[in-house]
Amino acid sequence: MSSIENISSPPRGHSVAAESSDRAPILANAAYLIPAIVALLAFFILPTFVTIGLSFTDWRLGARSLSFVGLDNYRDLLASGAFNDTLWNTLKLNLFVIPTSFLTALLLALAIHSQTRLAAFWQTVFFLPVTSTLVAMAIVWQWVLHPQVGMAAWVLRQLGLNPINWLNDPDLVLYTIGFISMWQLVGYYMVLFLAGLLAIPRHLYEAAQMDGARSGLDRFVHVTWPMLGPTALFVLIITIIKSLQIFDVVRVLTKGGPNGASEIILHTLYQEGFIYFRTGIAAAIATLFFLVMLALTLYQMRVFDRRVHYS
Amino acid sequence: MRLRNILVNLALAAGGIVMLLPFVWMLSLSLKPENEIFTPDIAFLPREWDFANYVEAWTVGYAGTFVINGIVVTLGILVLQYLTIVPAAYVLARKRFQLRGLIMSTVLAVLLIPPQVTAIPVYMMLAEARLLDTYAALIIPFATSAFGIFLLRQSFKTVPQDLIDAARMDGASEVYTLWFVVVPQVFPALAAFGIFSVVTHWNDFFWPLLVVTSIERATPPLGISIFASSEGGTEVGAMMATATLIVMPLVIAFLIARRRFVEGVTLSGIKG
Repeated sequence: MSSIENISSPPRGHSVAAESSDRAPILANAAYLIPAIVALLAFFILPTFVTIGLSFTDWRLGARSLSFVGLDNYRDLLASGAFNDTLWNTLKLNLFVIPTSFLTALLLALAIHSQTRLAAFWQTVFFLPVTSTLVAMAIVWQWVLHPQVGMAAWVLRQLGLNPINWLNDPDLVLYTIGFISMWQLVGYYMVLFLAGLLAIPRHLYEAAQMDGARSGLDRFVHVTWPMLGPTALFVLIITIIKSLQIFDVVRVLTKGGPNGASEIILHTLYQEGFIYFRTGIAAAIATLFFLVMLALTLYQMRVFDRRVHYS
Repeated sequence: MRLRNILVNLALAAGGIVMLLPFVWMLSLSLKPENEIFTPDIAFLPREWDFANYVEAWTVGYAGTFVINGIVVTLGILVLQYLTIVPAAYVLARKRFQLRGLIMSTVLAVLLIPPQVTAIPVYMMLAEARLLDTYAALIIPFATSAFGIFLLRQSFKTVPQDLIDAARMDGASEVYTLWFVVVPQVFPALAAFGIFSVVTHWNDFFWPLLVVTSIERATPPLGISIFASSEGGTEVGAMMATATLIVMPLVIAFLIARRRFVEGVTLSGIKG
């Protein structure tokens, strides 16, 4: 990962332009730069501003006219019971997925790191879902969890329990979706943790042992965890970012149901924007989502910068 | 010590079973005739091996179309991205000019924008250009990657200037020098980005869901979701065969090039 250091470095220190202001051209090799710049402006920068702009209008996709409505979309959203349910569901889902993924990934990484011969094998097993197409695997999970003919139902029957309708029970559906999302991404967080564990110098453990840290727990508390700190913070932020972006599983398996029980923010954004064509409302949701992600990403970049400086 | 090792491996094995279970179940259902699927008893191996589901997925269903669309779209995106990010990253890494700071800030700003935020205006643009439901709608919005520019710029900085000077002295043009002298030096970064891009776009569901409506243009995730909502209740075997066919290319590639895959996919960590 050494090639990607300094993520947040706008040219630091000496300013290039100032150094040779009379000789440096305004734009070097325009033909090399323009395709990328045009695409960045057309598909990322401008659309972001347009989205924010549309969030202050009552525009509906395809309509000939629009009018400025100020903060009405935001006010309506926050006053609407349905959107509050969406926010509440999103929060519940994330409060389940984030800590569980984080801790599972950490435990997996520690377990795999302690292995010598089988480490590569376990890493492969747990990383496999990361590369697989989530939409397809979500559909497979639907059949694993099928209340009549699924594997989960069979296990429950063997234990003498009643079948559970994992995706149709309003009290369970968010956790089922959270579980499938975790199944896919836990190997990803695990690999990030493993990279952090590999970077801890061996001699620290030897020193700790000489200082009397005999048990595995002692070594974890006094060496591993403090040295892993920056990585852990970094992984935590990525976990939050990825969890807030859960969409595929909901769209494919529940479409927000049953009865809105799994309606989460990105699914509401999709429905408002592309099913009901209430573009202004969708733009307001997108803007709110953007602000949260922006704060997280900026913080993540700072952490990343610090993490690199540590090593 | 031995005992602890055994316990750790047992715990990992329990987790590993959960990880692999859906893959095994997918393969198992894809090989079973219907009467073996709709039964409360559990058997991993089909009583009669039935490849009819695969034949059906490929001929009656659209599995072949999804896979071909997936290849066209991911490779189309990747080629365009390489063509736009390599020159831009090179100039940003090696040349001095007044707007460099501004352009670099723009690249970094784009890293902060989640794809869901740009969706509505980009959709409108494509609708205006009458490009909805075409390959172009799936490919063009991803013609460049801020993350790719950022990543490659770091690598281009490490290429020795002597190498470039020597090539230029030998009379090589600047374009030739870039693509045939400099680019081979940063192969690992290019490969990592390529894997990242292909995995991202092969698996992407959100964007195809917005811009494609006909099954003939569907990428693998969109295709199987259409299949699942139209006949998923009845054609489970064929659906699982379709799932297998669209999941397998990346899974096999991952098993062959495990290290590069882990590297490429985890790169997205800094992108978010």
